[in-house]
Amino acid sequence: MTPVSDIAALAERYDLVVVGAGPAGLSAAARAADLGLSVLLADENPAPGGQIYRAVTTTPVTERAVLGDDYWRGADIVARFERAAATYAPRCTVWSLTDDPAAPGTFEIGLSLDGKARIIGAAQVILATGAQERPFPVPGWTLPGVMTAGAAQIALKSAGIVPSGRTVIAGCGPLLYLLASQLAAAGTEIVAVLDTTPRANWLKAAAALPDFLRSPYLAKGMKLMVATRAKLRFVSGVTGLAAAGKDRLTEVEVARGGRTETIACDTLLLHQGVIPSVNLSNAAGCAHDFDEAQHCFVPRVDSWFASSVEGIAIAGDGAGIGGAESAALRGEIAAFDAARRLGRLTPEERDRQAAPISAELERCLRGRRFLDLLYRPAPQFLSPPRDDTIICRCEEVTAGQVRDAAKRLGVVGPNQMKAFLRCGMGPCQGRLCGPTVVELIAETRGTTPAEVGYYRLRPPVKPVTLAELAALPATEGAVKAVVR
Amino acid sequence: MHSAIPSEPDAVVVGGGVVGGAIALGLARSGARVAVLDEGDVAFRASRGNFALVWVQSKGLGMPDYALWSRRSADDWHQLAAILAEEADIDVAYSQPGGFMLCLSQDELDQRVDAMRRLHNSRAPTNFPYEVLDHDEAARRLPGLGKDVVGGLYSPLDGHANSLKLFRALREAAARRGVDYRPNSPVERIVPHDGGFAVAAPWGEIRTARVVLCAGLDNARLAPMVGLEAPVKPSKGQVIVTEKTEPFLHNPMATLRQTDEGGVMIGDSQEDLGFDTVVRQPVLSVMAERAVRMFPRLGGLNVVRTWSALRVMSPDGFPIYDQSQTSPGAFIVTCHSGVTLAANHALTLAPAILSGTLPEAVASFSARRFHVPAHA
Amino acid sequence: MFRPMHNDPVREGATSATLNFTFDGRPMTGRAGDTVAASLLANGVVACRETPVSDTPRAPYCLMGVCFDCLVVIDGVGNRQGCLVPLAEGMAIETQHGRRHFAEARA
Repeated sequence: MTPVSDIAALAERYDLVVVGAGPAGLSAAARAADLGLSVLLADENPAPGGQIYRAVTTTPVTERAVLGDDYWRGADIVARFERAAATYAPRCTVWSLTDDPAAPGTFEIGLSLDGKARIIGAAQVILATGAQERPFPVPGWTLPGVMTAGAAQIALKSAGIVPSGRTVIAGCGPLLYLLASQLAAAGTEIVAVLDTTPRANWLKAAAALPDFLRSPYLAKGMKLMVATRAKLRFVSGVTGLAAAGKDRLTEVEVARGGRTETIACDTLLLHQGVIPSVNLSNAAGCAHDFDEAQHCFVPRVDSWFASSVEGIAIAGDGAGIGGAESAALRGEIAAFDAARRLGRLTPEERDRQAAPISAELERCLRGRRFLDLLYRPAPQFLSPPRDDTIICRCEEVTAGQVRDAAKRLGVVGPNQMKAFLRCGMGPCQGRLCGPTVVELIAETRGTTPAEVGYYRLRPPVKPVTLAELAALPATEGAVKAVVR
Repeated sequence: MHSAIPSEPDAVVVGGGVVGGAIALGLARSGARVAVLDEGDVAFRASRGNFALVWVQSKGLGMPDYALWSRRSADDWHQLAAILAEEADIDVAYSQPGGFMLCLSQDELDQRVDAMRRLHNSRAPTNFPYEVLDHDEAARRLPGLGKDVVGGLYSPLDGHANSLKLFRALREAAARRGVDYRPNSPVERIVPHDGGFAVAAPWGEIRTARVVLCAGLDNARLAPMVGLEAPVKPSKGQVIVTEKTEPFLHNPMATLRQTDEGGVMIGDSQEDLGFDTVVRQPVLSVMAERAVRMFPRLGGLNVVRTWSALRVMSPDGFPIYDQSQTSPGAFIVTCHSGVTLAANHALTLAPAILSGTLPEAVASFSARRFHVPAHA
Repeated sequence: MFRPMHNDPVREGATSATLNFTFDGRPMTGRAGDTVAASLLANGVVACRETPVSDTPRAPYCLMGVCFDCLVVIDGVGNRQGCLVPLAEGMAIETQHGRRHFAEARA
């Protein structure tokens, strides 16, 4: 592995560019390099691991028990990548991905490292940008003191710090229990874990239970859940949440059916599952569909994780939530196919080498459906009932404004909603509001997220300055198009 | 969301962008019952890609009537803004502080000055004041101007607005006046029928005495159905928007302006690539480079958004306004300056459409001009 | 807002370098390897910016580059995502008061 810290040191072209150094990206890059492709792995963070294995090579946390065994597995994945003959560009954002008009079938990738942008060529691309937390818009969620559960995990893993005062953890999903146990082990004062899993979901998830019982999730999950519930105050059946305080969080209002309770606290950590990060795949023109089981937009991929744009594959949680182990396997599979497309492997060779990995992947994903169904958030946490709830944090647009435009002004989709209300126009480019806007429109107009659709994104999907853009090469055609 | 068998409105407007929106509002304010048929969320929608200039200075080379028409709309824009403030409770941030066309080479400046002189000679001089500025004078008026700016043209008639607020305000005001706006209603067919029209959408048919085509690029398909012509083609333009920054630019430039929200919009480009709307870096880079040379302080700003949109371009670039001769009551309203002309559309054209006769001021905008042999 | 996890000898200064920086002129210390956002949180900073839309105080929310709530001015350059910038010795970090200001040095 060759690290690069100056964008000028990158080659003009690579056989394969992999975006994201989480388990999928690391595995894809390593496998592809081993198959003889020239590979660049670009990642915006200073060290590899993505989010799930965040800071696995640099963490100050030395007590292995705090973060748990699964976390440390990431070190092996990183080590394998380090042994591979690939180029690695940390602190490097990828802000655009388009076809290369001068070399049809290949791509131009816009990168930025240390304030300098560059366009490089790629014959094949694997997007491994992973997932983000599903937005959790409750009243007061923009107050200082409210963060995502993932943020607390990142703070712990990468800096060895924990929330300093009374901490409430709220939401649903396996990560909730994992985080609660990690933070508790690290000495955080957790005053309550509030579970918003709808009671009705247990019945809906029951059909998928047999697979879950045979899956690796069960043993791990149960152990964690039991341990957490034993040590901490656990409140289940939560139907409403609101954060309150003047200029900073001071308390959380909790509703369980008709009963409400106020819990004084300094930090509120929210989590209701993860969804694919779609901004780059969307801006690159890949088709996305609404996945009913996971209740989120997911890129359309085939069994080799090829997207609808030939030459772009999407591996890992970015192609649909499957968890860390599955991410690594998907990365490998996508790499095999990239090698096949470039003629370095015959289809038969590809099938032969990938077969055991595909089988492992299938085993890995068993039991996901149960989790997807069980932890599907209740409607009021997808589409906040209180009109004054901010749903676009950047532009401070409220749920009420979205409902009103959908109802009275005939706005049927998020792109027109964006034009009218500015939701999605801030620097986060809809990452934290898009899903909510879709839910609100669907609810107001009596339709479904699949029918409503999603924002249409365009590059740059990460910040790049005008000066950086200005310094990139122009074409004669471009000059003619502008100077006239 | 609406009844399957609608009652017959006085007018059906096809297209819900700023052109259709202005026409619909104007018709409603003149007392008509109006229905607007619009596409869904993902559509070409030039109105979502607008640069938001209310521009006069360079308009009309080759067609003096267009210069006059643009001037008239700029004059009436304050009135439109006031109407929208009152009827929609939305301030569309219109201002007319005068606009600049900045030039980054002597060649550019010479060309612009030459074009302006030719324009000046063909339209009423006193109505179209402008100045030619050298670098120093431009820098005096525009603090922070880059040294590469050789000079420019200034006209006090130019202004800008927030085009998205305009778009929303037109829709809001129309809603409050009872205009029946129907999304997800692409028009399949218009059939002249019994002195009126039957307009077919996926959910059924709507009958009306008057149909106004404001459907942008789709006008080309719809116009022949009612004996009209709209030979419009897409012209691709890309725009960059930066993060919000402190107010520093009160005047619009032809290719650069700061919005009331604080972001800086940078354009513009023109490419004939059919219906391609992919945003591409080389054009962005050229536009960014020029913008930073005009105002170096912009260099450090982050780009937060880009888009590309398709202008609705007629063969000579000027609007097409027509009433069908074979099917009177069918009108077409199409242009690529829907923001500048919004005042005319709402306040002048719409009432005329209702009265059944287009005003003399737009006689030369009929599509019949495309059949007349061109002369200099 | 945040504090070192208990019993962590690394954070108690055993092996990682201590860095000096300022926040709004106030001297603070941080750990080499931490991001700007983590360093601010570890020093008890509650809000790192005010929004351009309504001047409302905000703090880092996701710590992974998605939310853009951790925006701060770093060495004169505004709207930097604190969660993506490693802390450096002598860094001058300031609250991002609303929109980008031109008093900042150019990137």
